[in-house]
Amino acid sequence: MQILLSPQQLQLAILRLAHHLTENYESLAAFVFIGIQPRGVKFSDKLVEAIRQIRPEQTVLYGVLDITFYRDDFRGELHKANKTDIPFSIEGRNVVLIDDVLYTGRTIRAALDALQDFGRPKKVELCVLVDRRFNRELPIQPDYCGKAIDSIVSQKVKVEWEREEVVLY
Amino acid sequence: MQLSTNHLLGIKELSIEDISLILSTAQQFKEVLQRPIKKVPSLRDVTIVNLFYENSTRTRISFELAEKRLSADTINFAASGSSVSKGETLLDTVNNILSMKVDMVVMRHSASGAPHFLSKHLPHTAIINAGDGINEHPTQALLDAFSIIEHAGTLDGKKVVIIGDIMHSRVALSNIYLLKKMGAEVMLAGPPTLIPTYVKEAFGVRVEYNLKKALQWCDVANVLRIQLERQNQVLFSSLREYNLAYGVTRKLLEELDKEILIMHPGPVNRGVEIDSDVADSRQSIILQQVENGVAIRMAVLYLLAGKKEG
Repeated sequence: MQILLSPQQLQLAILRLAHHLTENYESLAAFVFIGIQPRGVKFSDKLVEAIRQIRPEQTVLYGVLDITFYRDDFRGELHKANKTDIPFSIEGRNVVLIDDVLYTGRTIRAALDALQDFGRPKKVELCVLVDRRFNRELPIQPDYCGKAIDSIVSQKVKVEWEREEVVLY
Repeated sequence: MQLSTNHLLGIKELSIEDISLILSTAQQFKEVLQRPIKKVPSLRDVTIVNLFYENSTRTRISFELAEKRLSADTINFAASGSSVSKGETLLDTVNNILSMKVDMVVMRHSASGAPHFLSKHLPHTAIINAGDGINEHPTQALLDAFSIIEHAGTLDGKKVVIIGDIMHSRVALSNIYLLKKMGAEVMLAGPPTLIPTYVKEAFGVRVEYNLKKALQWCDVANVLRIQLERQNQVLFSSLREYNLAYGVTRKLLEELDKEILIMHPGPVNRGVEIDSDVADSRQSIILQQVENGVAIRMAVLYLLAGKKEG
């Protein structure tokens, strides 16, 4: 077991990403932030909270997306479906997809499919807390990344939100 | 996380966990149905045949919509106009269809137990019962439960009265099984000729022959259709008399000291088991039941298709 991010590092990474996401834009009106269920939402909750603190004068559009019905592996194992809640239009907006760990890229592939059913965004970007490089099965890369790590397939990366740590098992 | 069964034959065969899983999955599908694009790609490579040996509007359309919303390929089969009239047996018909690489069978049949018979011969094909004779209509009971929970928050401890022709009703039997499993209290109301005497002990339900008392007791009234096509012997003297004794009227509801939820599985015989001003009132959730039916059937198809090779 190896600690990839300590509680303090995790906090700083979230703050850095929040600044990074907001620094280039005067207004956030054209943006929507969408956390991917279930684990990405724990990260996106904190990230969006940080963004709201940095830009308290702005309305931040934030939704959550469940990709269960868009998975390409549902024959192997059924996953519990979670709530999707996107109470606004994404048509013509910049969508920032938010997940905790980017690994094979298949979740993001499913999320891109799912997003299409809500409209045609102007642009979609990807923000992840941990990027497991060199494990990708699809050509998908993050635009914003908390920490990039090298790991092998037999290892597991987990964000422990109770302990506020990112751990490599 | 999966169903304990490969088929949906009846509520009788489902566990409490199965029922909870179907209801919670349906909740997510209901959200899908409110999106601009009401469709997910889940069953893209699944082919489903809808075998209807008996007439149906609601259930057939509801299943067909559920299949299309899941991106499944569908084939519709109606017994009339098929080789069934040339004497082909049920098993032969189904085996012929399956040999053309069909994955799931949704079946309605006038013979009780027909889907159970099929499932014994075809253990690896998911069979979904869309109503078999006077036995069960499981997806109807599931959508009824879903609709009650939507309004009352839970089934546990809720008092539900099922009114009408209990003897010939597969909706009643499926509802009894489901409501009892999920902790609701069940009462059956109607004329003594339409309520079998053994139901009290067999299912642990209450029986009430006085409609007013039944309505006073309940939180939810599920009013059944008087099935004119199943009345071979005369069990009540006329529709007019049935309406006078067991029709749910506005006047009856106004005499209660509370507002109860009114349900009906359709099709409604207006002015027989329920009056128009009740069926169309604010406390009636008949059309919401129909809406929820698609989400429930999507959940059932999705969960069974996912099990196929698991």
